[in-house]
Amino acid sequence: MTEFLQHLVNGISLGTIYALIALGYTMVYGVLKLINFAHGDVYMVGAFAGFYFATATAKQQPTFMRAVLITLGSMVICGLLGWAIERFAYRPLRQRPRLTALITAIGVSFLLEYGFQLQFPGSWFPPGPTPRFFPELLPRFTLEWPTRFGVSLSNYDVIAFCVAIALMVGLQWIVYRTRFGTAMRAVSFDAQVAGLMGIPVNRIISGTFVLGSVLAAAAGVINASTHPRIEPLFGLIPGLKAFVAAVLGGIGSVPGAMVGGLVLGLAEEYVAGYALSSYRDAIAFTVLIVVLLFRPTGIFGRVTVEKV
Amino acid sequence: MGFLRGVLRSTLPFLIGIPILLVLQAVLDEAGRQDLSLIAIFAAINVVLAVSLNVVNGFTGQFSLGHAGFMAVGAYTAAKITLAFRGSQMLGLPEDLSGQVVFFLALLAAMFNAAIAGFLVGMPSLRLRGDYLAIVTLGFGEIIRSVIENLKTLGASTGLSGLPRLTSVTWAGVGALATVIMARRLAVSTQGRALFAIREDEVAAEAMGVDTTGYKVRAFVISAAFAGLAGGLVVHVLQLSTPRSFTFIRSIEVVVMVTLGGLGSITGSIVAAVGLTVGLELLREVQQYRMVVYAFLLIALMLLRPQGLFGTREIWDLSLFRRFPWKKLGVATTPGPAGVAPTEAGEGEPGGPP
Amino acid sequence: MSEPALDLSHVTMRFGGLRALVDFSLSLYPGELVGMIGPNGAGKTTAFNAVTGVYAPTEGEVKVAGERVNGLRPHAICTRGVARTFQNIRLFRQLTALDNVRVACHAGAQSGFVDSLFLTRNHRAEEQRILERGEEYLKVMGLAHRRDELARNLPYGEQRRLEIARALATGPKVLCLDEPAAGMNAAEKIELMALIRSVRDRFGLAVLLIEHDMRVAMGVSERMIVLDHGLTIAKGRPEAIRKDPKVIEAYLGDAYLEEKHIAVPVGGPGAST
Repeated sequence: MTEFLQHLVNGISLGTIYALIALGYTMVYGVLKLINFAHGDVYMVGAFAGFYFATATAKQQPTFMRAVLITLGSMVICGLLGWAIERFAYRPLRQRPRLTALITAIGVSFLLEYGFQLQFPGSWFPPGPTPRFFPELLPRFTLEWPTRFGVSLSNYDVIAFCVAIALMVGLQWIVYRTRFGTAMRAVSFDAQVAGLMGIPVNRIISGTFVLGSVLAAAAGVINASTHPRIEPLFGLIPGLKAFVAAVLGGIGSVPGAMVGGLVLGLAEEYVAGYALSSYRDAIAFTVLIVVLLFRPTGIFGRVTVEKV
Repeated sequence: MGFLRGVLRSTLPFLIGIPILLVLQAVLDEAGRQDLSLIAIFAAINVVLAVSLNVVNGFTGQFSLGHAGFMAVGAYTAAKITLAFRGSQMLGLPEDLSGQVVFFLALLAAMFNAAIAGFLVGMPSLRLRGDYLAIVTLGFGEIIRSVIENLKTLGASTGLSGLPRLTSVTWAGVGALATVIMARRLAVSTQGRALFAIREDEVAAEAMGVDTTGYKVRAFVISAAFAGLAGGLVVHVLQLSTPRSFTFIRSIEVVVMVTLGGLGSITGSIVAAVGLTVGLELLREVQQYRMVVYAFLLIALMLLRPQGLFGTREIWDLSLFRRFPWKKLGVATTPGPAGVAPTEAGEGEPGGPP
Repeated sequence: MSEPALDLSHVTMRFGGLRALVDFSLSLYPGELVGMIGPNGAGKTTAFNAVTGVYAPTEGEVKVAGERVNGLRPHAICTRGVARTFQNIRLFRQLTALDNVRVACHAGAQSGFVDSLFLTRNHRAEEQRILERGEEYLKVMGLAHRRDELARNLPYGEQRRLEIARALATGPKVLCLDEPAAGMNAAEKIELMALIRSVRDRFGLAVLLIEHDMRVAMGVSERMIVLDHGLTIAKGRPEAIRKDPKVIEAYLGDAYLEEKHIAVPVGGPGAST
């Protein structure tokens, strides 16, 4: 029973990270019909941005405020990065076939991953290939709860979960209750018509990228706090898994990404925990293949018929 | 008599090519230029990879990101066979010659197994389009690698080492020659035209009687088989077969080669494969920048010239080469598309016309 | 000759809650020229798609030369004798005119990869045969001089003709033409009408035609069927259809009927494009 609950806790933690990253994928796919391959690396940049801010302010007291500011700082950096990627790498290709943009996305992803692995003597940036340790932003303590089952739960887990939920609720509000959100959904249905209706499509798309990147940054900081070892390639696999989560939930669907993330996190924890632990990474891909073959639109997706 | 003539016509490129390669190999050995030999071998292997992927990504317009997985299947198949027959003597032949025979059989087995893998992956996947196909093939590639990493009989993550150094300039060259001949003959045949039709407009192709799924799977299988050949060749020059050689980064490197050369252009794939191999060798000093250069190359390519160097055109479509006796040399039976230059600088952008 | 080349009985196409085609029945005999008309969204292309296998009929039966083809994939229906052109031209743009037709020549055969790769005698004979057939169809449609031109470089009228040549190359019993006159000027339309008749005469096909231009539709068809909102509102010879009040109402509405009484000018309602 302990094991079961422990996996539950871990699965939820993992799932919220996937969900936060998946939201970026799903929103971008919704408005651009593009799989932003580079998104996982934005998550990585978020973690590193947090790392740099934290080491720069290492002398200060580890207060809650400082942790919040570092997270916000990281979110700003990634927001800018997301904006830049869209503006310079994807926007010029708006009229081109989707696969051209996909290849470009792969290129951007490589650029971030291998760019961050470069090392110039005497310079603190780029960080280089050796893993770094993300400093503790807050004092960490674990407790066993419920005491009867002895499940190990740390304050980090709780805070991470709460922050993630808060961000997702915030996103839901933005998407469904603001004009920006409505415009975003309009663009995802039909960008051309949305433009004709007076929606500034370019700005909406930029905004979508920024929003997704901001969430990925938060996920990066949160995850780096609980799993402090970070290095330039560590965004790759979570990025791909988050994409699977988005597809599972129905790509283009915001609630889908959240649900998909949680489901995938739990599935990975339980399958790896009880059965094939060395196949941990392959589980995500198996889920992907199963979903795409049997229900390609995902849990919340809509089935559309192509008009010939 | 007619049958013999047919066989002769079919194998003529090899009858001409193999002696040339043997001479080349001898020259390089005599001059002691092992480094040049290695470059030539890797360039040839990259040609096999690029041209074989072009059949799926370029001819048929499907986006596969799983090429490394099929390489792995072929590599491990060949490795297990050569390791098993190590030191033994087939048909009572002297050990050297026996080794060559074993290698030949190992490579055939590699192609066969890779083809089966291609079928198993292609059948369910090729119903999907565009981005989804890309991700699924990537997923399958990773699953194959994951399985290999967990199998003790395949050496798990350390892999199989101590493989005999069987790949020579001749072997690699023959592999490249076979791949190019395959692609060329396919391109000018009915089946090739059907693949191009699928790329251009799948709905229309289906309406004109082309079994699109069947053809896509067949193209996939052929492509996978030759990826397996490349895998078998590469592990017998590295003398090591590990899962780390076959990550999806490898798949993407092949995609870069094909896209750079031009999707649908065999010439382009050859030029890009050789060019990138040689270029990266020259950049050996600045190894750490290699991937960053790749990345910039990809982005710049897509922004500035997405159709790659050659678009869909071939060097043998130039009027200069059209009088070449291709038929007599057994490269193809009918002339390729006529040398009329398209009005815009070659199309062949990934994904087809917008 | 007693068996219809194409037989649709009570075909209904439903997409979710939308009924695009309701209880559609049509028997097409070899050598017949039948026209389908109706306002936009009436269900004409849906009927085509049901016939050619793009969609499987929700209800009803489609038979080609007596054989039930419900649910077969389009390429299987094509090899059983149904060919089509598309409302928005769908040529293989990067291939030459000759190659466009040659793809269709080999309709149905799947095997042959081995033959092509090993340059067998089969392969060479087949290639020669296809080359000759391809050139023949181009000649029939007056496109022989465009043989090596890329399809995307052809003028619009020739592209439409090429699409027809390509459809003919599959050797069909039934030819479905989806708005072949769209975008043509008056002279081209007259040529097209003659072309359709000569193709029918030469190859002995049944032709099913969707058209918006009344002159073309009524000029070419021997029989007509009129759709509106998925329903069949009239069937019969062009002269009768021209005067049918239900048809006039579908195109022009009640107000017109009331205002004008039923006399219909020659050329019919529904302006040409």
